[in-house]
Amino acid sequence: MSRRPLRPLNEMTVSFPAKSENERFARLAVSGFLSQLDPTIDELSDIRTAVSEAVTNAIVHGYRDFTGDVLLQVRIFEEGRISIKVQDKGCGMADIEQAMTPLYTTSPEEERAGLGFTIMENFMEKVRVKSRPAKGTTVVLERTIKGKRRL
Amino acid sequence: MTELKTVGEVVLAQLSGDLDHHSARLMRLEIDRAIADARPRRLIIDFSAVTFMDSSGIGLIMGRYKLMHEQGGEVIVARPPAYIKKVLRLAGVDRLAPITDSLEGLIPEVKEVDKIEQTTPQTT
Repeated sequence: MSRRPLRPLNEMTVSFPAKSENERFARLAVSGFLSQLDPTIDELSDIRTAVSEAVTNAIVHGYRDFTGDVLLQVRIFEEGRISIKVQDKGCGMADIEQAMTPLYTTSPEEERAGLGFTIMENFMEKVRVKSRPAKGTTVVLERTIKGKRRL
Repeated sequence: MTELKTVGEVVLAQLSGDLDHHSARLMRLEIDRAIADARPRRLIIDFSAVTFMDSSGIGLIMGRYKLMHEQGGEVIVARPPAYIKKVLRLAGVDRLAPITDSLEGLIPEVKEVDKIEQTTPQTT
């Protein structure tokens, strides 16, 4: 099966240094861009939370040893389908499955709960993770926005 | 932002704004200072003015639970908005800390203290 050859109706890309101050900016940028789909408060709150987890992972884990930029891309497709890519060029992960296990964390001293991927998976419809040690990690979050108009 | 009040053996931490990895650092520092100073039996974390929370908030609650548990105290999660409840539920926070929609009866009433002070001169 080949993947659907989808072209986005609209898209935006921003990139910012891996500073924790930018976690809020990332949420606001995504909310702002998606406002054109007139999402419900619940939809927006789910998406903001999932994005926050992915961006925080990039900052805390991806760039734990050295710093760099986080790339954030949001794409809008037909019928309110959205795709959000969060990419870092940090340390990457050898074992993605382990990283996605609920409560597993490599940063207990930072009081990370180990629930980032659990939240992403519960608040979005699909979560794809690509990672290579020393190359970086890409997380793609997908879901549909029904929006207020369609309710 | 963190606003802290100590009433008797209760510390009330009223958080406001976004609670993420960035803001959690300062919030937990301030709460921990209040816990160290007051050695309370109960820590109430009030989420009613929190505009956003991700798993950093779960980390904050779990960390404070550990601290309070060590000194024989409890943590109460108070007045979380719906979007925060969803994260709390997913994390199973209610197994560690009760979640309540009201502060009623959780803090020793300041009014009662006033009453005692007022009535004492009359009886003596």
